[in-house]
Amino acid sequence: MDLAVVDLSRLQFALTALYHFLFVPLTLGLSFMLVIMESIYVMTRRPIWRTITRFWGVLFGINFVLGVATGLTMEFQFGMNWSYYSHYVGDIFGAPLAIEGLMAFFLEATFVGLMFFGWDKLKPVTHLFVTFLVALGTNLSALWILIANGWMQNPVGAAFNPDSMRMEVVDFMAVLFNPVAQAKFVHTVSAGYVCAAVFVMGVSAFYLLKGKHRGFAKRSMTVAAAFGLASSLSVVVLGDESGYALTDNQKMKLAALEAMWHTEEAPAGLTAIGFPSLEDRKTHYEIKIPYVLGLIATRSVDKPVEGILELVAIAEDRIERGVVAYDALEKIKADPTDMAARGQFETVRNDLGYGLLLKRYVEDPRLATPDQVKLAAWSTVPNVPVMFWTFRTMAGIGFLMIGLFATAFVLCTLRKHETRWFLRLAVLAIPLPWIAIEFGWILAEVGRQPWAVDGVLPTFLGASSLTVTQLWTTIIGFTLLYGALAVIEVGLILKAIKKGPFHEQEAQDQSAADAEPAVA
Amino acid sequence: MELPLDFATLRLIWWGLVGVLLIAFALTDGFDLGVGALLPFVAKTDEERRMAINTVGATWEGNQVWFILGGGAIFAAWPFVYAVSFSGFYLAMFLVLSALILRPVAFKYRSKRPGAKWRAMWDWALFIGGFVPALVFGVAMGNVLLGAPFRLNGDLRAFYDGSLLGLFTPFSLVAGLLSVAMLVLHGAAWLGLKAERGPVADRARMIGTVAGLLSIVLFAVGGLMVAYGDMGFRITGALDVHGPSNPLRTAVEAASGAWLDNYGRYPWMMIAPALGFLGAAAAVLGLWRRSEALAFGGSSLSAVGIIATVGLSMFPFILPSTVDPQSSLTVWNASSSHLTLFIMLLVTVVFLPLILLYTAWVYKVLWGRSSTAALKTNPDLY
Repeated sequence: MDLAVVDLSRLQFALTALYHFLFVPLTLGLSFMLVIMESIYVMTRRPIWRTITRFWGVLFGINFVLGVATGLTMEFQFGMNWSYYSHYVGDIFGAPLAIEGLMAFFLEATFVGLMFFGWDKLKPVTHLFVTFLVALGTNLSALWILIANGWMQNPVGAAFNPDSMRMEVVDFMAVLFNPVAQAKFVHTVSAGYVCAAVFVMGVSAFYLLKGKHRGFAKRSMTVAAAFGLASSLSVVVLGDESGYALTDNQKMKLAALEAMWHTEEAPAGLTAIGFPSLEDRKTHYEIKIPYVLGLIATRSVDKPVEGILELVAIAEDRIERGVVAYDALEKIKADPTDMAARGQFETVRNDLGYGLLLKRYVEDPRLATPDQVKLAAWSTVPNVPVMFWTFRTMAGIGFLMIGLFATAFVLCTLRKHETRWFLRLAVLAIPLPWIAIEFGWILAEVGRQPWAVDGVLPTFLGASSLTVTQLWTTIIGFTLLYGALAVIEVGLILKAIKKGPFHEQEAQDQSAADAEPAVA
Repeated sequence: MELPLDFATLRLIWWGLVGVLLIAFALTDGFDLGVGALLPFVAKTDEERRMAINTVGATWEGNQVWFILGGGAIFAAWPFVYAVSFSGFYLAMFLVLSALILRPVAFKYRSKRPGAKWRAMWDWALFIGGFVPALVFGVAMGNVLLGAPFRLNGDLRAFYDGSLLGLFTPFSLVAGLLSVAMLVLHGAAWLGLKAERGPVADRARMIGTVAGLLSIVLFAVGGLMVAYGDMGFRITGALDVHGPSNPLRTAVEAASGAWLDNYGRYPWMMIAPALGFLGAAAAVLGLWRRSEALAFGGSSLSAVGIIATVGLSMFPFILPSTVDPQSSLTVWNASSSHLTLFIMLLVTVVFLPLILLYTAWVYKVLWGRSSTAALKTNPDLY
């Protein structure tokens, strides 16, 4: 493999995914906030709630189209840039993507048009139901995507088939109820809810600071405070559940994000801060909080948490067995009827992926030197400082959000919506959930390296046979296109915020007044 | 576990289902693409353009999902085809994606600002978003018929000898133009149904008639090239329809004119090309006699016939290889596993009827012609 092609493919995927993920969380959360706002309208029939729903609906729409547009790229990018990956695991990975289309994306995309164009064509209750279906579809989309992604993190229910040279499903229920996927789903969607709540609260706070649309802004803020408090609490609780899922399934990721070089004797302490160094494989100036990591990772005080060096030693053993698996597979390829080779393959099949790690250093893993085996074993360690810091930034913002929304909730309950220091804080907080979410994505995906599919397929083997020129063409093309669209999108959102929620009614009143004959 | 349907039957069912998805995409999003490509020519003033855009404004988003689902279904049912074709047609795919990315944004953002320059920019985006995908899909279809320059190594990794410009051969250009003509006809027929009667509908009739006639001519030219040009592939060795998905275990050779084999063996397949011609003729007649239902019905049947002709002519091939026929992907050697095909079929049987049901309901609620008068009173319109 040409490593430049692999690196550029990774860069492109990271860029397009991180960009797509700017819009998705807001869509996830705002869609449910629209359901809440419209429900209040349907129950109270007070026009202000209709205005509230429609205003946030406009912002939802501007954001939604970019989520859809950039999602198109994601859907086809696996085949375009990760061709061998698509072949190798398509039997499992393709299914959730197709089911996402059938079950979720059709729902949201079919009803989103009616949601915008159906205000005068549907009864209020029916329209609310349509809005609900959009929210349901959006969130189900996330479920299926995260089932697909969860399988890459923890590839359950599948086995390698030497006849078709790829992973095939053996237990679909295991893929569906993959604990990593479930933990990821609830953590990710609640992060999206926090993102939308911060957005609604920040924009409302902006209006209150300017003394504009006060009735509108106070009501919006109350909804955001309640929704945000519930969501921010669940992000942290469910994020912790996500961490617990790592204990069994991705020990290396857990050790890396903790920068834990050696196995911690029980009860394991949590490194609150420190400076992990890749060169000396140590964390400098670390400050530890006793017991906490043990509680988070093992839900106990008597079980150890494994460290990086110990996990590397385990990887080395698995690489050696992987070479045996590779050898058996080559014999099966040469002669599909070789039953002895098939028997041998069965005993070590789970380590085949580890054998493939050697392909980075030597064409035929069977010819690898002991040094190359050591190198390959160390390549299973993801970038520790990146993991360490992205985790702390993400988790730090998560706790900040709880504080923010608890304060907002108290202030809204006491009817002190216009506490100025808080309003300023709420405006400043707008970018924070996006930072936490993007860092969370980096944490999850960098933490999976060097694997495209944990323990099964190394990332560098998954790329397509493309040229560097082709990749640069598309990276530059996507960057220009996405960059221009981002500028336009932010411009339109700011313009809509500036126009305010009553613009549309004013325009209607104006045109009604124009239409009235002046004789009366 | 013993599954109720055998592997070969499931492979055949999925070949049919992917065909249904591609046809559904052409029938629904096809008129959205057609309206986009027609926009600068049928609508001259800003009001006319907004009216034309609103004929598809509320439903294009759902229609586009057929495209996304098509991609997902190919990934799930034929991972090989997904992996080989999208990386092989890399820059062409990039062109299509860029054009398709512009479309949603153009719909949503165009009328958010009043400036003439702003709106003209998005009108071009809508045109590109309609025309480029229509052209490239057709060119891609042409290349699928010609075969792609890829080979698989022993690990079943795909390598290519092609380039973007290499995709444009005389035959693939005919296929590309046919695809544009077919979708422009479909878009014009849709405008006949959904746009208010007046200058826009009249221009659409004119252009649609030309596109319909061109469809007929280009489909005939394409057919002659298939018959007498140098293309076609044949399976030569023994065929294991139940075997593991491994293309290297099927013997294949290039054989000029082999794409007509199936019509000799199964004469009923002639229905597909006949529909392609007769549908387009009916659509032209409908446009000419101002019978909007006949025009739209005709353009729909024509699209069904043309796409089905490609699928049936090639069966059981899906993507043949020109440089190494042995690597060719077929219905029998490029599918997912037995279990995956079965599970995906269950999901499809449950959800596809549901989708059709609620899509029909949404179209019913939004039924009626788009008009320029409504633009002044309805703030929801684009």
